[in-house]
Amino acid sequence: MSLVDEDTPTAAPQPPIRKEQTGFAKFAADYAESPTAVIALISCVLILLAAIFAPYVTPQDPYDLANLDLMDSRLEPGEVGMTGMVHWLGTDGQGRDLFSAIIYGLRISLGVGVVAGVVALTVGTIVGLTAAFFGGRVDTIIMRLVEFQLSFPAILIALIMLAVLGQGVDKIIIALVAVQWAYFARTVRSAALVERRREYIDAARCLGLSRSRIMFGHLMPNCIAPLIVVATVQVANAIALEATLSFLGLGMPVTQPSLGLLIANGFEYVLSGRYWISTYPGIALLITIVSINLVGDRIRDVLNPRLDT
Amino acid sequence: MTLFLVRRLIQGVLIIAAMSLIVFLGVYAIGNPVEILINPDATPEIKQQAIEKLGLDKPVHEQYGYFLVRALQGDLGNSFIYDEPALKLILAAMPATLELAIASLVLAMVFGIPLGMVAGYWPDAWFSKLIMSGSILGFSLPSFWVGLMLIVLFAVHWGLLPSGGRGETVPILGIEVSFLTWDGLKHLFLPALNLALFKIALVIRLTRAGMRETLQQDYIKFAYAKGLSVRRVVFVHAFRNILIPIVTVLGLELGTVIAFAVVTETIFSWPGMGKLIIDSINLLDRPIIVAYLMLTVLMFVVINLLVDITYSFIDPRVRLTEMDE
Repeated sequence: MSLVDEDTPTAAPQPPIRKEQTGFAKFAADYAESPTAVIALISCVLILLAAIFAPYVTPQDPYDLANLDLMDSRLEPGEVGMTGMVHWLGTDGQGRDLFSAIIYGLRISLGVGVVAGVVALTVGTIVGLTAAFFGGRVDTIIMRLVEFQLSFPAILIALIMLAVLGQGVDKIIIALVAVQWAYFARTVRSAALVERRREYIDAARCLGLSRSRIMFGHLMPNCIAPLIVVATVQVANAIALEATLSFLGLGMPVTQPSLGLLIANGFEYVLSGRYWISTYPGIALLITIVSINLVGDRIRDVLNPRLDT
Repeated sequence: MTLFLVRRLIQGVLIIAAMSLIVFLGVYAIGNPVEILINPDATPEIKQQAIEKLGLDKPVHEQYGYFLVRALQGDLGNSFIYDEPALKLILAAMPATLELAIASLVLAMVFGIPLGMVAGYWPDAWFSKLIMSGSILGFSLPSFWVGLMLIVLFAVHWGLLPSGGRGETVPILGIEVSFLTWDGLKHLFLPALNLALFKIALVIRLTRAGMRETLQQDYIKFAYAKGLSVRRVVFVHAFRNILIPIVTVLGLELGTVIAFAVVTETIFSWPGMGKLIIDSINLLDRPIIVAYLMLTVLMFVVINLLVDITYSFIDPRVRLTEMDE
């Protein structure tokens, strides 16, 4: 079966079952010890599925004008519209079913958050690995830049970027990446600094492997664990920041109604007592952010057994 | 210490220079500077005059020089909308923002410290767990949405508090303030609470951690041994010692609070710098945008400098490692 059995046929007693599990099975078992985290994970998966299959789970395509009737605008939650459809969460100013608009909004918010997170992860990882691998002056310059950037609040950097660049989906992703790459770079660097001194890196070097091969083939895979944690938290932060910027009118264009923009659209109706147009997209946003954060927290706890005490 | 200060000052100046270059290139090089800096409604003669006055017919590096010289003289251009110096408009809006920021830090302490002390004194009680879960929520809640919900509940549903504006103000040393009139206080409360939410969560965590640590100390045991009442030990002996780090951290958070005031001011129509910059971005009032960005960067460089100095006093190791480099 395994190498151990062949080498020692007389066989000492088998190790306990827990240790026989593969890395992932053990990780999953540890993760499942917290019921809250399991609920959060289920909620994340449901949100993701709803966002991906939005056209199939919503009763109405909220952006197909043929479906909309202005007579249906600003219906209260639970009211029945002109087509006989029940709007469980009410409708907005244009007569859109709010539930459908939220699911479509989730799609946009998650999309922007994940794309920004992945790009920031890539940029941050390359920069962080470079800093740790080369050390010396390169490291000093990169880390000064990271420190400098982290001393400014995220919202201020995004505000500066958007004020200079202007509006648009690509611009907001650039702004989010500009805010977040530093967190990834810092995390990768500190993990890579530890890994760099390990023997397998020396071994790889003795084999005459190229620098890039050592960096990306050997060093990077061993720095992934802390990155996963930062990545989850940063996707949640990206979603929250995008929503805030969209609410301020600096984020997504009107043609891409993310959750933040839905909340902003409801703002004008808040004072007349039509609370639901802003409230429900906000609750969807809140559930998304809290679920992702709880999953990230749990992954961190499982990967860092020291925190158990 | 002097060497440390000088190095930090030089770094600060470099950062401001770099930032001015970024803003300059962003505004001058990406767009057409004539469109950006001169009112599009102006007549051709006025436009020509302005181009000459601003040196827009010169090469880019000379223009950057002009921009720097004017910026150093405090001239960051005139607002298109109000036709007044941009810097003057921003400075006029600053007291409102500062009042809001300070009020929110005060609220953070007023709510955060008692809750944190309770959670630290009885760490295993159900209400302490409730407080700690609440503080996690405080970190996760999108603050702009909470602001809206505060308006929905307090202003629209219950009609207790106004939903926006500054209310009645009183001048102190020529600066209008809201917190001295009852009407002004009513207007101040919701936005300050909204802005404070994140900091309340932070203060709860700091206080709880400080409380748990302090109660283990020998001088607390000694105070009990002297026969002092629990109330005196907790509120005099322990409280004073946990207060120091909290006040320090909150002071350092002032910059973040001012940055986040952008959101709160927009929701509650609070007439501060944040609302001014958002309005200016929406109205494309570019001189104000440039002036705001330069001023905020300057402010942050100063705040970060103060933070470094404070830390070097609290923890001399910071200063010493800097020296070694």
